[in-house]
Amino acid sequence: MNIKEIYEKMEYGPAPESSSAAIDWIKDHNSKFDLFINGKWQAPLSKKYFNTENPATTERLAKIADAGTKDVDKAVAAARKALPEWVKLGAHGRARYLYAIARQIQKNSRLFSVLESLDNGKTIRETRDIDIPLVARHFYHHAGWAQLKESELRDYKELGVIGQIIPWNFPMMMLAWKIAPALAMGNTLVMKPAENTPLTALLFAEICHQIGLPDGVVNMINGDHKAGSALVEHKGVDKIAFTGSTSVGRIIRRATAGTGKKISLELGGKSPFMVFEDADLDSVVEGVVDAIWFNQGQVCCAGSRLLVQESIAEKLYKKIRARMEKLRIGNSLDKAVDIGAIVSPMQLKTIEDLVQKGVDEGGKLWQPSWACPTDGYFYPPSLFTDVTPASTISQVEIFGPVLVAMTFRTHEEALQLANNTRYGLAASVWTENINLALDMAPRIKAGTVWINCTNVFDAASGFGGYRESGFGREGGREGLVEYMKLRSEEQLSSKPIARNAKKAPGKSVGQNGVPQIDRTAKMYIGGKQARPDGGYSISVSDFKKNLVGEVGEGNRKDIRNAVEAAQAAGSWTSMTGHARAQVLYYLAENLYARAEEFSARLEQTLGLSKSDANKEVDCAIQRIYTYAAMADKYDGRVHHTITRNVTLAMPEALGVVGVVCPDEFPLLGFISTVVPAIAMGNRVLAVPSETAPLSATDFYQVLETSDVPGGVVNIVTGKDKTLTPVLADHDNIDGIWYFRSKDGSKIVEEKSAENMKRTWVNNGKYRNWLDADQGEGEFFLRNATQIKNIWIPYGA
Amino acid sequence: MFPLKKHRNQYISIRNSHLMGIIKINMSAIKRNEGMPLDLDLIQEIRVNRSAVERRASTMNKRRTVKKEWQAAWLLRAISCIDLTTLAGDDTPGNVIRLCSKAMSPVREDILEALGFVGHELRVGAVCVYHNMIKTAVRTLEGSGIPVAAVSTGFPAGQITHRQKIAEIKASVKAGAREIDIVISRGKVLTGDWRGLYKEVQDFRDACGEAHLKTILATGELSTLTNVSKASHVCMMAGADFIKTSTGKESVNATLPVSLVMARAAREYFEYAGFKVGFKPAGGIRKAKQSLDWLILMKEELGDDWLSSELFRFGASGLLGDIERQLEHFITGRYSSSYRHPMA
Repeated sequence: MNIKEIYEKMEYGPAPESSSAAIDWIKDHNSKFDLFINGKWQAPLSKKYFNTENPATTERLAKIADAGTKDVDKAVAAARKALPEWVKLGAHGRARYLYAIARQIQKNSRLFSVLESLDNGKTIRETRDIDIPLVARHFYHHAGWAQLKESELRDYKELGVIGQIIPWNFPMMMLAWKIAPALAMGNTLVMKPAENTPLTALLFAEICHQIGLPDGVVNMINGDHKAGSALVEHKGVDKIAFTGSTSVGRIIRRATAGTGKKISLELGGKSPFMVFEDADLDSVVEGVVDAIWFNQGQVCCAGSRLLVQESIAEKLYKKIRARMEKLRIGNSLDKAVDIGAIVSPMQLKTIEDLVQKGVDEGGKLWQPSWACPTDGYFYPPSLFTDVTPASTISQVEIFGPVLVAMTFRTHEEALQLANNTRYGLAASVWTENINLALDMAPRIKAGTVWINCTNVFDAASGFGGYRESGFGREGGREGLVEYMKLRSEEQLSSKPIARNAKKAPGKSVGQNGVPQIDRTAKMYIGGKQARPDGGYSISVSDFKKNLVGEVGEGNRKDIRNAVEAAQAAGSWTSMTGHARAQVLYYLAENLYARAEEFSARLEQTLGLSKSDANKEVDCAIQRIYTYAAMADKYDGRVHHTITRNVTLAMPEALGVVGVVCPDEFPLLGFISTVVPAIAMGNRVLAVPSETAPLSATDFYQVLETSDVPGGVVNIVTGKDKTLTPVLADHDNIDGIWYFRSKDGSKIVEEKSAENMKRTWVNNGKYRNWLDADQGEGEFFLRNATQIKNIWIPYGA
Repeated sequence: MFPLKKHRNQYISIRNSHLMGIIKINMSAIKRNEGMPLDLDLIQEIRVNRSAVERRASTMNKRRTVKKEWQAAWLLRAISCIDLTTLAGDDTPGNVIRLCSKAMSPVREDILEALGFVGHELRVGAVCVYHNMIKTAVRTLEGSGIPVAAVSTGFPAGQITHRQKIAEIKASVKAGAREIDIVISRGKVLTGDWRGLYKEVQDFRDACGEAHLKTILATGELSTLTNVSKASHVCMMAGADFIKTSTGKESVNATLPVSLVMARAAREYFEYAGFKVGFKPAGGIRKAKQSLDWLILMKEELGDDWLSSELFRFGASGLLGDIERQLEHFITGRYSSSYRHPMA
């Protein structure tokens, strides 16, 4: 077209970003990349290579080494070998390296951007303006954390060798989210990038080499799921950090169950995008563009479920359709396109199939009139209306540019629809009414809530899921805990703590020749004493095997009833910290009033000396005080993120938590685990000590007299082996704490994979609950909560 | 209310009839805004979220760009939309005559030739002056078809009586101004007196007669984007032919977020009233690159009709010079200097 014609038509022309520097870089490596292990490029022992291609053109870009099991062994060994020196280097030394990485990424930002666009198919606008700047920001932020490790985080130490598996949708960003905190906290690592998008990670490895990062600190291996599972199952790995699909997350959860490996999982989502009638609709439309047509919709936190108030639905749909017509799709290196290529033909097929299913199920599909390019893997932006929650496409993650719209009538209905999902990664709320926005935000089950914005990220804010979107946070202070452990953890014992039994014989069971009245402790469910469903009892013996009482033998129905009761007690969660503190202080007061009785029970059952028994009761009272004190003090933060934005990091109760209490401390173990959980607003289903449950069953009278609302603490007595699997299998329990055996720990982690409930198990490491370093502290509260980040931009 | 302006079509057909194709088509498609009764419910429901608007405004020109021939063509189009302006206390016939001759031949002939643009009549959208300079401008521009726009109603602050404002408009129209750039009473916006604003602008429109009315909102003094949007709607309901951001004399003048809000208001107005109202950002637009940002904004938010001088103008004085230098760079590959181009 000549200038005259363009002048008259006023259309956009091609605006290509040059790929020559990136292509030259690939050619400099003979279009073939080996594994980066121990600071060197090493040919794979597997001898295999696979291809990576440009999804916008289907051209092959390079051959990539395909790591086999032996290669994984080599990489883990290199990371292990590098660990002691890396730890010894200290906070400031590590901070210098992280700073150097951040600077190198900035200095090579265009090369990274172009390479990412070539390999992934995402637009150069996004890699240039969003991905790579966020990557640099992440390393800067964590250079800071590295520096502060020995002052701000002195109670913690590194985990060791980290295995990291990242997805193809944000290759560099996910790399940064994983590597920056791991290195900052003093860990070494082996990373496996996604097989579709290996290139930028290799450029990153080269940069690590250039800045002189010690050999073996960062090892980069490519490969498919086989390399991934070898890494997950590797005995030399202390933690697995994974971002990807929920189904793979589940496999990882099961594979690592009982091994003591820490894991963090950032999984899928079907995030609601809620639009209320008083929203700025033109801005909402742009929000929708950022929510679902960002990165071709291949975003775990994509706002893929549009929930619109009925009164404005048609108006909004019309605006969205008009906007869709103006979206431009094309080669990822064109600077004037909005939508690039889908990463692979497989992913394209998945999207096409799901859209077809949506149409088959009666959804009304709308796509713009223009056609997609045919020389790569492209899919047009798509809007489904006339969809209900029962439609497949409104439940499953499509991971493509497909928006599913539904309407609501009331605020409550909006909330129900928003939470009507297994996922809980993110949500977006659009309203000009701050009261409404801040009413919705805490009630949406999601790790991130964006008010009047969407897909906004920053290194200072944590990101991660609720429910089946996974657990753990990435970014911010809350993300660091995923890469370190408390120093006190090293003091835990690998055997249960022995209690000091007295030598003297126990007391006689009768008085004055009259037998005691038969007392059988019942269960405590929903604030009432309840008989065991099965109608069986278990005999309780003292330390000398004398019968001292009986408790109900709980079964799966007792657990079911207790969970129902706990679920119904939600008002406890919405109470203020101060109100909960008052109840807890009252609890301590009433325990104090009956201290002698509880002390005598410990003497009787454990054979403790009077002074030891008194000490345990006293410690229990103190512990309640601690958590009563913390109930209104363990609060959130306001993160330093982007300009003119308040980012609130709010700890929220998990919900209903199953607590399998320690066996060996019948009173103190019960108090030390149940009280921090309820202090944070959880409702608890407690399984008390199996061998000495009477201290706990005695305790429900204290609960009753202390204004603890019914359903907040439920006690089901019985056997670990029976009850624990039922708890772990229960999909309406949000978290489970387990303080018994190593085998039981494995069961808990394995079975919890199904609904991805948060787990905290002891892996057969035992705490001395009398020792405050082991038996109480902030980490109990951290395990009782999850952080929600709420982004609130402002300005009129 | 008002018939389509006849003389406007006349000036377009004055010269070089072969080049007029597209503009003529656009013109005939655009009916003049007739206004509508003030709809206060609609005004009350307007909500603008500043952060979201700023995000869109700051990413729009990252999502779109024009390069090479496209950039040159777009810059030529930008020139055709300029209201070449001088609004200074020391304006004399001398500098106004100079400005008018620049308006008639904004780009060096050899550059146009190199661009393959010969035969295309390229001229700016209008020349914009104070009332006292209208006669000089009209005389200089005679036969060129370029309209003279006059700022009016106590520009820039508007702190004179309503009666004086009406008189000023009438005098300017009489003196030959075919476009009148009025300033609204900012106080009426800040106090929520939408009826008052509506009435005021309606009176201005009546006073204009066939001359086109541009309403300057002085957005830098309206405090919020919601006010900007409300004021835009009220002005359009009252019959404005253009809504314009600024006088160029406020401390903050045309910005992309403000322009985005006004463009969206114009889009909405077209949807509910059926009239296409023009948009004119003014003040602070000095670089060729900026002019592209605004053209992109128009194309994206309003559509191609808003890419011609019928519905889009830049209020600018220095912009043209930078565009000339960019065009020369496009041809020669050498960065140009301002002294190589005839001054205004």
